[in-house]
Amino acid sequence: MTPALEVRDLTVVYRDAPALDRATLAVPAGTLAAIVGPNGAGKSTLLKAVQDLVPRVNGEVRVFGVPYRQARLRVGYVPQRTAVDWDFPTDVLDVVLMGTYGRLGWLRRPGRAERETALSALELVGMRDLAHRQIGQLSGGQQQRVFLARALAQQAELYLMDEPFAGVDAATERAIVDVLRGLRAAGKTVVCVHHDLESVPDYFDWVALLNVRVIASGWVSEVFTPDRLAETYGGRLGLLTRIGMA
Amino acid sequence: MSSLSVILLTGALVAAACALLGSFVLVRKMAMMTDAISHAILPGIVAAYFLAKGPNLIAGFVGAAAAGLLTVAFVEALQRSRKVTKEAAIGIVFPALFALGVLITSRFFADVHLDADAVLYGSIELAAEDLLLVGDRSLGPQALWVMGGLLLVDLAFVLLLYKELKLATFDPALAASLGFPPVWLHYALMAMVSVTAVGGFTAVGAVLVVALFIVPPATAFLLTDRLPRLIALSVLLGVGGAIAGTLAAFALDTSVAGAIASVTGLIFGLALLFSPTQGLLRRAWRLAAQLPRLP
Repeated sequence: MTPALEVRDLTVVYRDAPALDRATLAVPAGTLAAIVGPNGAGKSTLLKAVQDLVPRVNGEVRVFGVPYRQARLRVGYVPQRTAVDWDFPTDVLDVVLMGTYGRLGWLRRPGRAERETALSALELVGMRDLAHRQIGQLSGGQQQRVFLARALAQQAELYLMDEPFAGVDAATERAIVDVLRGLRAAGKTVVCVHHDLESVPDYFDWVALLNVRVIASGWVSEVFTPDRLAETYGGRLGLLTRIGMA
Repeated sequence: MSSLSVILLTGALVAAACALLGSFVLVRKMAMMTDAISHAILPGIVAAYFLAKGPNLIAGFVGAAAAGLLTVAFVEALQRSRKVTKEAAIGIVFPALFALGVLITSRFFADVHLDADAVLYGSIELAAEDLLLVGDRSLGPQALWVMGGLLLVDLAFVLLLYKELKLATFDPALAASLGFPPVWLHYALMAMVSVTAVGGFTAVGAVLVVALFIVPPATAFLLTDRLPRLIALSVLLGVGGAIAGTLAAFALDTSVAGAIASVTGLIFGLALLFSPTQGLLRRAWRLAAQLPRLP
């Protein structure tokens, strides 16, 4: 079966030092996949480089077997919550509607159908009652749910999420996990940058261990082992590799 | 039309056009860029005057847009070098460009229309005097046609690209991933600001244009937290400020540009004090209401 996301030899350089070094991985369709690794390992960079949001030096990205540019609308993106200004003068529904803009294309305005899509996405994350709330009044967990709802409104097949669980309360974490499992049940693929190692076996099927280069990737049951984790999070080999590249 | 009504209408049109774009500039946190652009378009206008061998509207607008975009590009390049901060980059680029315009003007055009007073303080008082002539027929004051045209173009720009501009402002990364390149939208907006600044520049001068771009939207921001209302309110406040300022200037026999900018500043001050949601008095009152409950 064609992988949902296939990355080959992806290299990104920020100010001389590589942020990603020849990253190669293939995420099977219909899975919940985690990308884990220490700070500065290039996890967010990987999600951004896949979508051409940062320039890549080298490498190839395929989404469902075709180049990213041709599959743009099949990819939903949840950036880090802190990436935007929550004082922006707008309400929850308007932010979720932004997820429908890609399908609308240039110049067309969202109409009733888009509104329905956005409202049902809000329903799924348990935020429908807050549709008309000014976004500056939301808690961190609510902001994260709004971003998730916006990605759902994109009606994508592959979702790329940058730390969807960062700084949220337990109730929001459970709500997000439910949504992710719902997506998997509907045959979608989700790739999350994730920080909490303990919950990886519980939440995810597939994992990539990243520290500038891909240390290992595959089914959680096969590659999520203490040895590999030690290697990813500063084992001797990882350290030598980093010095060698500096 | 009397000279006063031409001046009133010109001021209102300029204020509306500036406030319309200024709303986006404000929420993009780029207020000082409009100050930079309104100064830095001078060499563009002068170069256009030189190339067109005389005053030419279209050439002037093209020159202004080019100089405005150059300003933005220079500021961003300097900022990317990480050798200076963004404010410093703005402070380095626009005086250099403005100075270039001043040098060329005083060296080559000392005897013509482009004099320093008009550049610094505008010439809205003269709005009724230049008539738009087609052959021998006069179509009325040229300022009204130019400012009206600018407002229509800005209105079309904002109405057509409202959704795209909003998305690229709130979340540039999502805009890019959905196929709306934020860089294009950014430069398109800056080009519109540059062209519109020509209008503001002629009316109230390079120093006070920023008052028309930024003060009405900043006032509206204190009064509402929804973008469509913010834009509508900015335009109303800008137009109101322009009309009240012009009338005040005539009553007090003083500079129209100065009076317009003062009135918009005054309205901002009132909103800051009395805004029902975010005003300082409201906040003080809320704090005072909490006090008796403290142990």
